[in-house]
Amino acid sequence: MSQKSITIALAGNPNSGKSTIFNNLTGTRQKVGNWPGVTVEKKEGHLKTNGCDLTVVDLPGTYSLTAYSIEEIVARNFILDEKPDVVVDIIDASNLERNLYLATQLRELDTKVIFVLNMADLARARGVKIDADKLSELLDVPVVFTVGNKNKGTRDLLEKIMSVAEAEIDFPRTRRVYYGKDIEKAVSELSEFIKEKTTAELPYHIRWAAIKLLENDGIVKERILQSANPQGEAILQEAELKRQRLRDFFDEEPEIVMTDHRYGFIAGIVKELVKTVSKQRVDVSRQIDQVLTNRLLGLPIFVFFIWAMFQLTFSLGAYPMDWIDAGVGWLGEGAGQILPEGIFRDMIVDGIIAGVGSVAIFLPNILILFFCIALFEDTGYMARAAFLMDKVMHLIGLHGKSFIPMLMGFGCNAPAIMATRTLESEKDRILTILINPLMSCAARLPVYILLAGAFFGAKAGNVIFSIYALGIVLAISIGRLFRSTLLRGKVAPFVMELPPYRVPMFKGLLIHMWDRSKIFLRKIGGVILVGSVVVWFLSAFPREVQFSRDYEAEIAGISDHYRPLISAAHGDLRERLLGKRDEAISALEILQAREKVERSYIGRLGKVLTPVFAPIGMDWRGSVAVLTGFVAKEIVVSTMGVLYTVGADEDEKSEALKVALRKSNMTPLSAYAMMTFVLIYVPCLATVAVIRRETNSWKWAAFSITYSTTLAWLVAFIIYQGGRMLGL
Amino acid sequence: MNLSDLKEGQTATVARVGGDGPFRRRLLEMGFLRGTEVYVEKYAPLRDPIELILKGYHLSLRVDEAARIEVEEVKG
Ligand SMILES: Nc1nc2c(ncn2[C@@H]2O[C@H](COP(=O)(O)OP(=O)(O)OP(=O)(O)O)[C@@H](O)[C@H]2O)c(=O)[nH]1
Ligand SMILES: [Mg+2]
Repeated sequence: MSQKSITIALAGNPNSGKSTIFNNLTGTRQKVGNWPGVTVEKKEGHLKTNGCDLTVVDLPGTYSLTAYSIEEIVARNFILDEKPDVVVDIIDASNLERNLYLATQLRELDTKVIFVLNMADLARARGVKIDADKLSELLDVPVVFTVGNKNKGTRDLLEKIMSVAEAEIDFPRTRRVYYGKDIEKAVSELSEFIKEKTTAELPYHIRWAAIKLLENDGIVKERILQSANPQGEAILQEAELKRQRLRDFFDEEPEIVMTDHRYGFIAGIVKELVKTVSKQRVDVSRQIDQVLTNRLLGLPIFVFFIWAMFQLTFSLGAYPMDWIDAGVGWLGEGAGQILPEGIFRDMIVDGIIAGVGSVAIFLPNILILFFCIALFEDTGYMARAAFLMDKVMHLIGLHGKSFIPMLMGFGCNAPAIMATRTLESEKDRILTILINPLMSCAARLPVYILLAGAFFGAKAGNVIFSIYALGIVLAISIGRLFRSTLLRGKVAPFVMELPPYRVPMFKGLLIHMWDRSKIFLRKIGGVILVGSVVVWFLSAFPREVQFSRDYEAEIAGISDHYRPLISAAHGDLRERLLGKRDEAISALEILQAREKVERSYIGRLGKVLTPVFAPIGMDWRGSVAVLTGFVAKEIVVSTMGVLYTVGADEDEKSEALKVALRKSNMTPLSAYAMMTFVLIYVPCLATVAVIRRETNSWKWAAFSITYSTTLAWLVAFIIYQGGRMLGL
Repeated sequence: MNLSDLKEGQTATVARVGGDGPFRRRLLEMGFLRGTEVYVEKYAPLRDPIELILKGYHLSLRVDEAARIEVEEVKG
């Protein structure tokens, strides 16, 4: 058999199970979740069957083919422009009427369509019986039943896809939406007009184009203008004329009348094929909501969930953290023994193992945090969170749905910013993106743990909490400020579906967690690895430096001084003398190592930066650390590790760093100022890249960098100088 | 009477959807058509938004958005 390649698009309403079916078909692991808007980008998967190469594309959910939010535009453009061989419409059978709205629109496109009645189990549980043969007959499309989460019906679906893809069907299209005499007349007249005016290849089927023009669809208008040049203008004018006439006639916008007709058509179909066998039994989901979105209990429970999530993340995460810490220490020691002395060993041990190790330690926290977020998503609680928080978010001038990306920001800003795609309004999105980095991501936590641990002892927890709180307060104020200046406008409407609660699939949770943690792991293997090596290089070179003192000679002098004393002494005294000698030597060695770093490239760089950072209480080492943190914020810790503990014993590094920090000229006040600076200043490289991609402009990315760094400096300045004035 | 004037547990029939273009269109596409029954499931703890049930699914709307939907035949 010849190798054929077929493209299949999975379309459907949000949360109807497209990604689940996609995973069933391709055997890949695509994120699924129980809130509308999980898939925000189209995803491709491949499979081979019957000698055919199938490319399956999972699209974001859409309620209709009217482009409303960007994810909907992504889906629509794919179907219209890429012209997949078969469009598979995943219909939530338990919510048939609304799902058929998109289905009828898809059918109007005159592409090969298959209807999948997914969630067949839920429909049955609700006592709804759907006559699939009738549906197939009425709309002239193949229909398949599936239960996505149980992987039922997948083989049927695949067979149908193959037969439809291979069949040479010319779509006769008898049963389609009838828009009523007047609109139908306008549609056929406009179609004729288009045919007369232009022979150019139109990107769309003519009847469809006429319908969309009457609906005043911006994208279609633009395309017609381009492709039917020079007659495009005339066509648009004609359409506008017809719209005007219809508007006068109905005393209503034509698109609204057409929507009405579609639903009327659907109501007719539903009546014919749906039988409600039994009255709905107890609705578990509604009962859960009696508690979870209860007037009195709703918010306290919500706060409790968030609190529990952070508790779990940090207390449970502490155990595996210790193991990883021990493992890294052991690895460093082992490598130090095996490898021959020299630059290469230094690079491996001091650069890579120390640098990457100090970040890898946070993997458990991140896994747990993402697991919790996945749990919220897959059960359906996320939508409730948006429902509960909308009023509060509204105060910042944001939408309840912005709450989800904001919450995810505590994990990692990069996927959080991608999650803003579910927001319909461009301004809402940009605002949410701009303030998202103020949600302190997991990468910044290591810095807080280190600094707070070193300077605030038992109060560290509260101090860290105050940093998170500061981030939230700033987000609110900055949000309001931007909303009233840069991004003036109304908050988008809050039209959000609340899906029924579902028991999450454990596999699904793991996929979800893994998907996001991968970004962190990739950072460890990528930028953090490179960053550690670069930082190490800059601090280890130039190899030969001009010291202010002759350390070698002084060390030799000490040895000479002790030699006769030691050889004359016995027993205890001899031991003590030996100890004293070693102590004196190692003190000198540390001084030497420190001076060496100071004179290294990184030291010189830090010195240049000192005037900028001195007013906020940071010395050159702190300045270098935050500078390297631009690569990834975790690197701040590993840089400090390299800069502060040079010369310290390898196996007690993590403790040694805290001790070294306390011994340096840092005070609790300057440590706090540094933490606030780290909280606010430039989002990391990965986040900036995502901002640039999601806003599609370097301008916003650059703006984000500038405003955050300026704000960070100002806040740290106020805290540091204010604290000094108060005598802290 | 507007949808936002209803109390929890009341049902009404949609008479007319007001508001501006795209928003209005979206509401219609979600099923707020003349004659559709809407049930007010609950108000959020902070009194905003509202959770509604129509055509067998749950949807939330802000109070001021619900105020743009005219209803009649209030029951319950
Ligand atoms: N009971 C039941 N649940 C299902 C079925 N198919 C999928 N689900 C669940 O429905 C939820 C939504 O599934 P997804 O695959 O993420 O839906 P989607 O259509 O990709 O959603 P968006 O990407 O948001 O548009 C998940 O919690 C699935 O586990 C089914 O047949 N029956
Ligand atoms: Mg999906």
